[in-house]
Amino acid sequence: MATTDNGTQQPTAEPTVGISNGTDASGAGMLLELVAVSVRYGAVVALNRASLGVQRGELVAVMGPNGAGKSTVLKAIMGLAPVVGGTVYLRQEPLSVATHEIVQEGIAFVPQGRRVFTHLTIEENLEMGCLHLNDKAEQAQRMDAVMELFPILHRKRRDLASQMSGGQQQMLAIGRGLMAGPEVLLLDEPTLGLAPIVVKEVFEKISEINERLKTTIFVVEHNIKSVLDIADRAYVLDKGRVAHDGTPASVRQSNILTDVFLGRIDAG
Amino acid sequence: MELPIIGDIIRLSRDPKDSLRLSRSNLEFWVNLLIISWAVAFAIWQGVGFAITVGTVFAIWAILSVSLNLVVGFTGLLSVAHIGFFGIGAYAMAILTSDAAYEQLRTEAIPTLGWPFFAALPVSVGVAGLVAVVVGIAFNRFRDDIYVLVSFGFAVIAFNVFLNWRSLTRGAFGIHEIERPAIGGWVFDGELEFLALVLVSLAVVILIAWFLMTSSFGRVLTAIREDEQATEVFGYQVTHYKLAIWVISAMMAGLAGGLFGSWTTFVDPNSFVLMESILLVSIVILGGLATIWGSLLGAMAFVLLEEGMRFLPFLPSEFVGQGRQVVLGILLVVLMLFRPQGLVGRYKL
Repeated sequence: MATTDNGTQQPTAEPTVGISNGTDASGAGMLLELVAVSVRYGAVVALNRASLGVQRGELVAVMGPNGAGKSTVLKAIMGLAPVVGGTVYLRQEPLSVATHEIVQEGIAFVPQGRRVFTHLTIEENLEMGCLHLNDKAEQAQRMDAVMELFPILHRKRRDLASQMSGGQQQMLAIGRGLMAGPEVLLLDEPTLGLAPIVVKEVFEKISEINERLKTTIFVVEHNIKSVLDIADRAYVLDKGRVAHDGTPASVRQSNILTDVFLGRIDAG
Repeated sequence: MELPIIGDIIRLSRDPKDSLRLSRSNLEFWVNLLIISWAVAFAIWQGVGFAITVGTVFAIWAILSVSLNLVVGFTGLLSVAHIGFFGIGAYAMAILTSDAAYEQLRTEAIPTLGWPFFAALPVSVGVAGLVAVVVGIAFNRFRDDIYVLVSFGFAVIAFNVFLNWRSLTRGAFGIHEIERPAIGGWVFDGELEFLALVLVSLAVVILIAWFLMTSSFGRVLTAIREDEQATEVFGYQVTHYKLAIWVISAMMAGLAGGLFGSWTTFVDPNSFVLMESILLVSIVILGGLATIWGSLLGAMAFVLLEEGMRFLPFLPSEFVGQGRQVVLGILLVVLMLFRPQGLVGRYKL
């Protein structure tokens, strides 16, 4: 990160903590980057000058205790949180704050708690992911691709989403996100409230999306062990600040998780 | 549109025993059968002339309830503002089509344009839509309980405008001599012709509502109803969708108002009080949210209740009005307790 002469901050290739050096393999900068972003909900500071980023093709995990600001990171990207400072960049350009424009820029968000439309069928839910797409053939192609990835959605495509189990609804939520044809997929707590066997399946699918579809993924997750198994890099947040940024190995080797979860460090 | 009763009747005629056995547990079937039988019996009992009048009242309420269901049922925005748009349509029709007969009334003069009905009707619809755009932009900032409150405010403001903008509405005196529809030399002064006109209008409204709700636009509205923010994160500008359905719905209410003004040939503010709006919301809830057929059924049940109570021998005529409200109130409480989705609805309130 650099501060220009007039005091504004620009995304740069300057090395930061951990392996992140602000560039991707092609030499360009981060695909998606938050630079010194602050978010406030009234008097509560949810994010405090937090800088995070994801390179093209990466799967990056964001972890931390409750209230650390994990979900706020994703909401700040999507224009759903009141950003009071800093900037979000996509392909080195400042990202719009209007959610519909952010989606058109190629970012899809799968919110916490699945939030599928229970009164719509599975097919209709998936179509909701790309109804603004006028090309029906492209829409059908995406639907086929999602159903190939999640065969259960194909089998139950005419059922109401309310008739699905929690794990199936999560698959549907991720599938609906993919229907937008995103370059970056933001996943907020994708395994929250799921049975352990389903959690394993969800992580396998996330990994498959990243590797096979080459979709860049930013995932906020409380299931630390499992997400570190599939992530390329991880951020640990504490009290709205980035407490650690590194490879899964570096996170495991350090005591950072123990420290933040037990409140042993003072991020302020 | 869902027409369960027609499907049920066809099935019943093909295999009466089996259908009856299956239908015993189907409350919706019995509700449909009861209301339609009640309507037919009422028409036979009171004669064709009265049935035509009741039919016209039904069609106007049905247009209103279908239009309000688009907002309340399909989109999940509980509004009691609709009576305002109904009134705007009626007053626009009155002002545009009334002639210089006011001079005889020795009251305040208002602009008298003397337009023909068929020129005034689209303008009435347009004026309601225009006001809805302005109001809707302001309302889009609100949701849930606050939305109900601001819509309540609009209904009160609209009533006060009708009552107090005397240079335009003649206030409590109302506007008389509103034009009846005419094509060439043929004037729709008979009740049957007017019934045909309102039924055609109702059919158009139902078709538009059906088209909207079965399209991708309708699916987005359903999604907004269920989870507005989740809909937003998929790139939908929910405020645009909400504004669009609000305006379309208000235009339909304006259409009902224009027809109502022309049918009664007189409008005054008493037809557009807040209580009417609450009755309208009750009809929508009674019939069922997010179903066009439910809106029709609710309007039919309400009109039959309203008109039927006139003939109860034990009820003095001065208590008929209050009696109707009491019965409707009790009906709603019972529904909320035992069938919160209404008679044939998809969602609970």
